[in-house]
Amino acid sequence: MINLFSFKEATNRSTTGGDPNKPTSKTTPAVLRVTKDLNELQLPGTCKVIHPDPNNLLDFNLTFTPDEGLYKGGQFIFSFRVPVEYPHSPPKVKCTQKIYHPNIDLEGNVCLNILREDWKPVLTINAVIYGLIFLFVEPNADDPLNKEAAEVLKNNKRTFEQNVAQSMRGGNVGSVSFDRVLTHHR
Amino acid sequence: MTVPTVETRSANNCNETNSPKRWSHIRRVLERPGPFSDPAFEPSTEILPFLESMKILIIGAGGLGCELLKDLALMGFRQISIIDMDTIDLANLNRQFLFKFKDIGKPKAEVAAKFIMNRIPACKVTLLTYDDETNQVDPSTIIPLVDGGTEGFKGNARVIYPGITACIECNLDLFPPQVAYPMCTLANQPRLPEHCVEWVTVLHWKEHNPFGKDVRIDGDSVQHIQWIYERALERAKTYKITGITFRFTQGVVKRIIPAVASTNAIVASISATEVFKLATRSVILMNNYTIFNDIEGIYTYTFEAEKKSNCPVCSTIPQKIELNETSKLQEVLDTLIERYNLISPGITTADNEGQNRTLYMISTQQFEEITKPNLNKTLQELNLTDGTELTVVDKTRANPMRIFLHITSSMETTSKDLIYT
Repeated sequence: MINLFSFKEATNRSTTGGDPNKPTSKTTPAVLRVTKDLNELQLPGTCKVIHPDPNNLLDFNLTFTPDEGLYKGGQFIFSFRVPVEYPHSPPKVKCTQKIYHPNIDLEGNVCLNILREDWKPVLTINAVIYGLIFLFVEPNADDPLNKEAAEVLKNNKRTFEQNVAQSMRGGNVGSVSFDRVLTHHR
Repeated sequence: MTVPTVETRSANNCNETNSPKRWSHIRRVLERPGPFSDPAFEPSTEILPFLESMKILIIGAGGLGCELLKDLALMGFRQISIIDMDTIDLANLNRQFLFKFKDIGKPKAEVAAKFIMNRIPACKVTLLTYDDETNQVDPSTIIPLVDGGTEGFKGNARVIYPGITACIECNLDLFPPQVAYPMCTLANQPRLPEHCVEWVTVLHWKEHNPFGKDVRIDGDSVQHIQWIYERALERAKTYKITGITFRFTQGVVKRIIPAVASTNAIVASISATEVFKLATRSVILMNNYTIFNDIEGIYTYTFEAEKKSNCPVCSTIPQKIELNETSKLQEVLDTLIERYNLISPGITTADNEGQNRTLYMISTQQFEEITKPNLNKTLQELNLTDGTELTVVDKTRANPMRIFLHITSSMETTSKDLIYT
C-alpha cells in the first residue's frame, strides 16, 4: 500500500557505509543507560543504593527504611540485576529477606506492574524504586503473590497489622517463620 | 463579523464528518497520481483510513499549535495528542483562535482539544500532561519530527529524521544572536528610543536600585516598567529622541516581538503539509528547511540543512576535549559543563576489556564518597591517557555523550610555545 519507510531505509543504506576510523564504543547500551539512570537518581532519605562492586553498575542493592505505614521500623534490602537487554526489558528485582507482604512471595519475588507487564523503556531505575516504596505504603490485596497475607489484609486489617509486626520481629505467622528486619536491636 | 458558537458549528457538522463528500479534497490527492507525486507513491483508497490510525504529537498549543491542530484535524488525522504547560492569557486571543474570552486562565491544550473534538467529532485529541522527567526515545524507532517557528513576519519549517538528517542542534548557529546595543552608544550617543530604554535597564537601574538592592527587573511589574519608562523619557528628551511610550518600554524590556497571525498560519500549513506527506508519501518531502519572510514582499527559500558531523546531540562521532596531562578531573568536569551546558554530569570510562570505571558521580552517597576525591587527581593519576573515551551522562541529554580525551604532554606544549614565540 504505502511505502512509508522506504525513505528511511534508503537514507539508512547511504549512511551506513561504515567509517573505519570511527571508533566503536566498548560500553554496552545497557551500561550506558544504567549510568544515565543512576546519575539522575533522586531518592528520599529512606532509600540508599549500594553497589557491591562499584565498577559493575548493573548489579546493586537498595536499602529501604520506611518512615511511614505498617512497615515503619523495618529495613528492607532489594537486589537489582539489570539485564543486557535493558531498557527493553525491566531490571530484575528481588527482596533479599523473607518478609510478610501480600505482593512479595517467600522467595522474594516482587509483584509490581512496572516490573512486568507495564514495563516501558521510558521507565527508569528511579521509577522502579518509587514503585517499591509505594508497595510498602499501600500493600495491594487485589494482586497478591503471598495469597494468605492478601486474604488477611482483605478480611481483617488489624490481624494483618499484627502479623506484619510479628514477622518484622523475626517471628512466625502461621507455620512460616520470617526474617528479622527491624533496624533497632533491643 | 459574527463568529458562530462552538455548539451550532458542531451541530451542523456532526453528520458531515462521515458523509462521502467530507474528505473529497483529501481524496483527490490520495486516490490518483499527480505531477508532484513521489515516485514510490501508489494511489489507493486505503490511505485515508490509514491516516485515522496514525498518531501525531503536537508540542505546544499556542499560535502555531492552534493552527496546526486545526490543519491536521481537517486533513483527516484522527489521533492527535497535544501538550502545553501554559494557560490562556488575554493577549493570546487575537491569533490563538481556538480560545475565547471565557477560557482565560484555563490550560491551553485542554481548551484546544475540546474545541477540535466538538468541531470534528471523529477526531480524538488526547491531552498529555506535562512531565519534567526526560523521556528517552527508543533508539530502534525513528520518529520523524516536523518543526516550525515564527518571529513577527519571519518563520521557518523543517523536517527532521533524528540521526539521519540535521537535528536542531546541528543548525543552532543559524539563529541570530539576541540584539544587543554597544555600551558606548547607550552611554554616550543614543539615537533610537530603544537606546534610551536599554540605558535605563542596563546602567541606570543598577545605580539607583529603585526597588531595593538586588531587586531585578520584572518585565511584568507595572511599577518597574513605569519607573523605567519615566527615566527613559527624560533621557530621550535630553537627546531629542521621540517615540517612547509605556508599551514601547515594556516591549524593549521584555524583548517582545509581536506574533503575527498570518505568519503562524503559513508556517503551520507548511508543517501540516509535511506531516501529511510523511504519513501518506503522496508527494515528495521538503528537503529539509524552508524559510519564509514577508517583511518586504514575500520571500521563501527551501534548502537542505546539513548535519554537523561533530554535533554533540545527534552525531555518534565522539567529541574531543583537549587537556594537559597535569590537568585534574575537575577541569574535565568544568569544561564539559561549560561547553555542553550540562547540569550535573556523571563521568565513566571503560578499560580495554570493556570493564566500567566510574570516575565521577554524586547521585548516590556511595559513589559520591568514592569519586569526589577524583576531582583533585590529575589525569595521569587516574590512568587516563591520550585517546581515552569517556561516557558522559546528564539529565539535559537524552543520550549519553562520548568524549575523547586529547592529552598533550607538558613537554609538547612548551615546545609549541617556543615555536610561536
